[in-house]
Formats: sequence, C-alpha cells, structure tokens
Amino acid sequence: MSAREEMLSAIRRANASATDTPVPRDYERRSPHSPSELLDLLTDRLVDYKATVVRVPLSELPTALADAVAPYSPVLVPPDQPWDLDATPDSPALGPHDLDGFAAVVTGCAVACAETGTIALDGGPAQGRRAITLVPDVHVCVVHGSQVVGSVPEMIAALTPTRPITFVSGPSATSDIELQRVEGVHGPRTLIVVLACEWQ
Amino acid sequence: MTDLGMPLLRAPRGVGHLRGDKSFPAAARDALADSQLRRNLGHATSTIRAKRATVVAERADWEQLRAAGSAIKAATMAHLDEHLERLEAEVTRRGGVVHWARDANEANEIVTRLVAATGSREVVKVKSMATQEIGLNEALEAAGVTAQETDLAELIVQLGGDLPSHILVPAIHRNRAEIREIFLREMPGVDPALTDEPRRLAMAARAYLRERFLRADVAISGANFGVADTGSLVVVESEGNGRMCLTLPRTLITVMGIEKVVPTWQDLEVFLQLLPRSSTGERMNPYTSVWTGVTPGDGPAEVHLVLLDNGRTATLADDVGRAALHCIKCSACLNVCPVYERTGGHAYGSVYPGPIGAVLSPQLTGVEDNASLPFASSLCGACFEACPVRIDIPSLLVRLRSQHVEARREASRVPSAEAVAMAAAAWTMSDPGRFAAAEKASRLGRVFGRRSGRLTTLPPPLSAWTAGRDAPRPPAETFREWWARERG
Ligand code: SF4
Repeated sequence: MSAREEMLSAIRRANASATDTPVPRDYERRSPHSPSELLDLLTDRLVDYKATVVRVPLSELPTALADAVAPYSPVLVPPDQPWDLDATPDSPALGPHDLDGFAAVVTGCAVACAETGTIALDGGPAQGRRAITLVPDVHVCVVHGSQVVGSVPEMIAALTPTRPITFVSGPSATSDIELQRVEGVHGPRTLIVVLACEWQ
Repeated sequence: MTDLGMPLLRAPRGVGHLRGDKSFPAAARDALADSQLRRNLGHATSTIRAKRATVVAERADWEQLRAAGSAIKAATMAHLDEHLERLEAEVTRRGGVVHWARDANEANEIVTRLVAATGSREVVKVKSMATQEIGLNEALEAAGVTAQETDLAELIVQLGGDLPSHILVPAIHRNRAEIREIFLREMPGVDPALTDEPRRLAMAARAYLRERFLRADVAISGANFGVADTGSLVVVESEGNGRMCLTLPRTLITVMGIEKVVPTWQDLEVFLQLLPRSSTGERMNPYTSVWTGVTPGDGPAEVHLVLLDNGRTATLADDVGRAALHCIKCSACLNVCPVYERTGGHAYGSVYPGPIGAVLSPQLTGVEDNASLPFASSLCGACFEACPVRIDIPSLLVRLRSQHVEARREASRVPSAEAVAMAAAAWTMSDPGRFAAAEKASRLGRVFGRRSGRLTTLPPPLSAWTAGRDAPRPPAETFREWWARERG
C-alpha cells in the first residue's frame, strides 16, 4: 500500500465513530468603528509596532511620497507604479543581490486591518512580486483610506487566497532574546506607511 | 480502535526528537539544580504572560474565538481524510507537488531526495517543529547537505550545539550574556566588540545570515496552516527569515503535519486572531506569508509539500487523546505551567515540551516510550485556561496515565514508580469534592517529602520527585496553597 493510501485508511479507521461538530461563529465579524476611527486605530497600532505613519489628504500624496523617499537612494518601485516617482521599476532580471542594492522600495497594498495594524500585500496593482518588499531595508507603503477595514475577518474576506499574500504588521522584529521585542531583523528594518485619505 | 488488527503508525525509534534519554523526574532534578536556567525561564515566562494577558483582554469576543477555534479543529479531524485529499488536489492543480510520509524516516528520505535532485549542498530553513520532530537536519547532514537554521532562536540553538527548549522561543533557556558568548565563539566573522544588547545581537544574526539568504537555492519550511479548499500554505513569523526562505530560493520544500490542515480560507480569520495573541502576546505577528502552489514570476518555481503522519493517525485513533492534534503550537500552555517554569523544556526529552508535549509526545511515540511524561503535571488546569483552542490537557493527562498503567498490567509488569506515586493524587485532584476533602482532612500528598524555596521545587504533588527520596515528610502546603503563594 502506498503511504498515501495507508495514511488515509488509518484516518478513516480512526474516524469510524467520529461525530460532526457544529462551528459557532458568534465572534465579532465586523468592527463597530466608523471610518475615521479606523484610520486612528490603524495609525495607533502601526506606531505601537514602531512603524512611521504619515497621514495626508489624497491631494498631497505625491508630495508626501517624495518627502518620504527623499533620504534614500536608489529607490525601487513595482513596474506599474501609479505615482510617477523618479525610481527604478522592478524587472524579472533583478536577482536577490540586485534587490539588496536598493535602499528603499515604494508599494501600495491590497487591504489594511485597523484592529491589528496589519497591511496585506497580494501582488496586485502597485505591489509587485514579494521579493521587492522584503530585501530593501526600507519599505514605504501607500495605504488609501478606502482600503482600511476594521477586523481580521473583514481583511480575510477582502483577499483572494490563491494570490501570494504577505501580511505585514510593523517592521521585522524578534522576541527571541529574553522575550523582549527588538525591531528590525531580516525583513525591512524601517516601515513607513503613507496613509492617504480623501475625507480627512 | 487498536482492535481492528491494523497496526497504528507510530513515530519510529532511532530517528528524530520525540524521546529523551532520561525519564522526566530524572531530567527535572538536573534542571532544578541549574539556578541560571531557572532565572532565565522565570524572567521570560513572566514577561510573556503579562503581554498575553493584555492583548487577550483587549478582545471582548476572546471566548467566542476560542470556541470557534476548538470546534473548527474538532470538525476538521472528523473529516481529515477529505480535507487532506482536497488540499492535495488544490496544491497539485496550482503547480505544487504533494508527497505523503508515514513516518520520520520516510519524510527524511523524501526531502533528502528532493534536495539531492536540485544539486544544492546547502539549504536554508525556517523554524518548523515538524522538521525538528523528524530529525531532518541530521538526515540532511548524513547526505552531505548543510541545513542552516535562520530563525534567531534556532540559530542560537544550532550554534550553541544545543537542543530547543520552548516551542516559540527555542533558546528561552539562554539569557543575553550567554547568547553573546555563543555568537562570539561560533559565528564566523562576528564583530569582537559585540555587546549583549538584544538589538546588537539581532543585528549580528542579520549580518551573518544575509548572504546565505541571498544565495540560497533551496529552502525548507514547516507550515502553521494548510488551507484545504484553496491549497494555500501559511507561515506565521516575526523576523522576516521566513519570508526570505519562502520567497527567494528556486525550490521550496514544506513539511507539514497532517493535523495542520484547516478546511477553508475563512477559518484563518479565527486562527490569525488566536495565534499571535496567545504566542508572542501581540495583536498580530510582524509577518505572515501565504502561498498557493507556484506563482509564475513571484517566488519559488518548484514547490513541494510533504504531508507527515509520524504518529498522528495513531493519536487520532484515541477519541479523547485526538484533541492533542488541535494544538496550534502557540506555547501559551508552556508559559503558564508551574512545572515547565521550573524544569524548562529539555526535561521533557522531546521537541514538544510543557503541557502539550506531555500529552502529544507519548501519543506520537506510544505511551510506553514516554511513560513518565503524562505524570509531569500537577493537573492545576492553567494550561486549559490559556489554550486558545481549549484543549483539555488535564483530562488527556489522566487518560494517558491510565493507559500507561493498563499497558503495564497487560505486560504483567508493575506500573512505573511515578505512576504509583501519582495515582492517588490524580484520583484525588480529578474531583473537586475529593480534592477539598483531602485538603481539609490531611494535607494532600502526605506521603511526599518536600524541600522549601522558590522555583527550586516542583509544585505538589510532583515535589515528591525533586525533594529526594528520603523519609516522607508531611508537606507544609497543598498545591492550591502553593499556587496562591506563587501566583498571588
Ligand atoms: S496546547 Fe493549546 S496552549 Fe498549548 S501550545 Fe497548543 S494551542 Fe497553545
């Protein structure tokens, strides 16, 4: 018998008398917060993780972005960047060592979750492949107010699971030394979130 | 279920890290004699307990989330065959290759063969309990392949020639000064001016591993979850070493215990809330990666999934014991356990220490290969209260204790010494009425001796093991009194 068959039949034997369990889902599915409260919450959570948050009206996004990347050079952007930044567009020819040569990367995101301070990247518009938000030491991430949801269930529901997804909650960190959090290990050591919103 | 004549698939002897070379009481006595170890553990576990309590209190629906998590796991196990077949079909459909491994030897062979096929002599690894359980690093080494651990704590353990002692923080038994010494001694090219500031130590690890990530051709990972209805695999981490391993190399091999499957993508909305708050005491961990088969132009071009049994189907065959398979390896039960806090993880002799290890390891190996572990608990119940998926660990311990006694009886051998010593206490503690009566009447555990001192003894009645085997003394306090004094 193949390993597959042997394991599956062992499971079936073990489950001969197993009963079905109903799953209660009476936890909070939707966050009770208003849209502007969500922006405050997201900001608070990100700052708690030692990320930098810049909040601007939509009209000032170009200036805010230019300011955010000004200290860094060279800067990488996804090939479909919508911001007209003077930066290098990613291309498949750039290997890990090449990516390591960039000081910063600017991307958008798919959705952000306020309650946990989480930004989800899914390789969709303005995000590029996973490696570009990983290797450069500074990640500048543009989040639009309309992309912010309240709860984890809302964030999960907003994503297409078969895309490559990265949930980012602050800069990389470790708690491995005496369980004290230290920000900045292998992933970007600096996370700058530019939160752009038409209604603030 | 053992009566159907089919042998249960247990974790085999001679491979992997599920069995210690000493019984728990013997190993615990050694650990209790190490005052540095106890200080490190006490400091770390109290830090994490406080963080966890804060972020758990933040969620008004915490109990509802726990109930959902528990029910999803129970429902998954009841149809585990279907979910695994679905997972296999979805991963395959999206360009991944799925392998099945009955035990540690088979999994090690599969991975070694896959690595050999790439021609690479070096692999990077992201922390995974399953690959430690099966002793994959040793198997790779025997085949001439160097496996580089990349999680900071794993790196500390690997460089220190040490064994992991905690699920989440394998180097919890080391303090900053010891870590600095290990780095200075073992890390090629390290700055001799390295201090023991945690930030400096983390930066030293970054510098050491950076080039290894950038040049890596093959990575090996575990998975926290495998989503059946989409074929998506999930790794939850903090440092970014996981992202490096999952994104940069050409080939990615994931070894996942079969119990890690969840039926639907939606189920992650529960576990991604339960896990980080319970494990690191954060609202969310810094990074969680999700990948589904191969995505052209983004990440590894070759993706493998090894589904591992190694005693899991045997565990499933026990209708009470199977709850141990619900574990999401958050380590909350370790951090609240008065026994773990004193002995540390090494005393348990398995990669799975603490309360969950005491119920999981004996089931994976067969209880007679880990006969003392079910007795490594005072049955205080703190683990059950902390567990995000509501595993009733005390009930499982009692079950395994009786199975041990039964196994010995069948073999016409007397139960082990700890079984005899614990039987009365377990019987007493399993019933609140009897417990109170015993406390009132005579001081529970009259037959056990004890020695005083914070953290140097195990809580009653386990104190019997550690206080030496001299003339029995009436204990000065019961477990409840001891607990009240310790935790106030
Ligand atoms: S048994 Fe529960 S508390 Fe312990 S590690 Fe597993 S999930 Fe966490």
